[in-house]
Amino acid sequence: MDSFVGIMSSLDWSPLWISLKTGIVATILCFFLGIFAARAVMNMRSPLKAVVDGFLTMPLVLPPTVAGFFLLFLFSQRRPLGIFLWDTYGIKVVQSFLGCVIAATVIAFPLMYRNARAAFELIDINLIYAGRTLGMSENKIFFKVVIPTAGPGLISGTILTFARALGEYGATSMLAGNIPGKTATISQRIALVMQDQDYVTGGIWVLIVIIIAFAAIVLMNLAAGKTQKNVKRWG
Amino acid sequence: MGIELRLKKKLQGFCLDAELSDSSRRIGILGSSGAGKSMTLKMIAGIERPDEGRIVLNDRVLFDSEMRTDIKPQKRNTGYLFQNYALFPTMNVVDNIGAGLKGKNREENRERVLNIIDKFKLKGLEKRLPSELSGGQQQRVALARILVYEPEAILLDEPFSALDSHLRDHMQEELFSMLDDYPGTVIMVSHSRDEIYRFSESLIIMDRGHIENHGETKHIFEAPGTRTAAILTGCKNISDIRITDSHTLEALDWGVTLRVKKPVPEETVCIGYRAHQFEPLWGEKEENCLRFDLLSSHELLFERKYYIKGKKTISWFAERSLWPLIEKKGNPSFLKIREEDILYLKE
Repeated sequence: MDSFVGIMSSLDWSPLWISLKTGIVATILCFFLGIFAARAVMNMRSPLKAVVDGFLTMPLVLPPTVAGFFLLFLFSQRRPLGIFLWDTYGIKVVQSFLGCVIAATVIAFPLMYRNARAAFELIDINLIYAGRTLGMSENKIFFKVVIPTAGPGLISGTILTFARALGEYGATSMLAGNIPGKTATISQRIALVMQDQDYVTGGIWVLIVIIIAFAAIVLMNLAAGKTQKNVKRWG
Repeated sequence: MGIELRLKKKLQGFCLDAELSDSSRRIGILGSSGAGKSMTLKMIAGIERPDEGRIVLNDRVLFDSEMRTDIKPQKRNTGYLFQNYALFPTMNVVDNIGAGLKGKNREENRERVLNIIDKFKLKGLEKRLPSELSGGQQQRVALARILVYEPEAILLDEPFSALDSHLRDHMQEELFSMLDDYPGTVIMVSHSRDEIYRFSESLIIMDRGHIENHGETKHIFEAPGTRTAAILTGCKNISDIRITDSHTLEALDWGVTLRVKKPVPEETVCIGYRAHQFEPLWGEKEENCLRFDLLSSHELLFERKYYIKGKKTISWFAERSLWPLIEKKGNPSFLKIREEDILYLKE
């Protein structure tokens, strides 16, 4: 018991804040990018639609290390884009918090995009036609009709995106590294302490991740239930 | 006033190819499902684009493939009543009705919405979502949403097909009376001949993408002109014929030779006879009679349906007023075909 208290009091809490910050920023980015991408894809014709959709979904089906490979290929300090960003703007993606966010965003993006698109596909096309014949602009139709109608789907997409971004490991460790206090997220910390067979510290972090993920899902479900009058109930 | 259409569009399985011009205020389009009726309405509204052609509404060109004119649906100023009403599910009644109004004068817009809510008997339902309304209320909201926007034409796409049959008659009455003081053109698409007959001044009959017949509604029901138009206007009995001379023809599918006073129009390939118009005869055979060889009969609330043997089965629907006579004399021996009721049809 003493050892547990000792470990808790001496625990470095920074992975929690880094993971939360990464998760929240990445979720916000994915939310807007995913909805925007889904809208753009919905307006495309069929062969192009299939190709673009495939490209946007790739990070979901590929191993995260493959995404990590491409991200390094782009942003490495020895590659043209990485050099350009550093020389011109002083921006460093590799081994930085920005790297954590970019890796988590890329990996979690397909979840938001696919959920948004699925929600859009379910919307009765006549609603959009009705909006047009009533003189509503395409933007007004999108924000006043499509987004609210797709609400439940967008919320579940956001939940999944957050959960995925929070736990991202593979691409993050390649792009951002595991620098304590800077880029070491909870998942990376768990992997690190387990190399020393430190089950207590690892277990504490596992518990924390479970609590955050579960709380996020329950909270968002409750929020969805409150705003949407038309949440279905079977039985 | 009026509408002028020339439409060509490739659809699944057939090609829509229609041309017409009509200046009546109430136009009906009758056709079986998949005939291209709804597609025609959607092209007028600008929701679907013809491959080529021209659409003119009240002297304004909405679409012209040669002039490369294609006005956006937002600017066409047509009101479209969808089969499922397409009310916005997350907006309440007031917001649904006001959705298309531009925000120049909020007070005035609000006034207009409240006025129309009053007129359409939607008071007390202002804050309800569409899912909390009955089918009839939903239709009223959808129509109010269209009328508040003051469109130049209203397009009704099978407006009663989603309703229970006992509601349908009442809703037709309600919808048609609400449209009574609407000055613009109304075009209604339907596969129900009763609806169309009740509503439209002029009638377009469509089949597999082309216009089968077009003219004054009453006239088309009296003389459908073609086999398809006769079937769509509810004619149950149609027979191929052989013309012997200009006053004699043989109805091949009924096994009867008919003698007529007026000459048979040339190009006639078949004739139609409505099931209600046979005259029952007992005893002696007269001219132009079918032998009453009963196959089966069914009693409905207001009529009895008799199916008579022929090369093709012949239907006779006896109205209730004839029943006492049939009870007394038994089944008739013959059914007489009256010359004035024969429909001469082309292919």
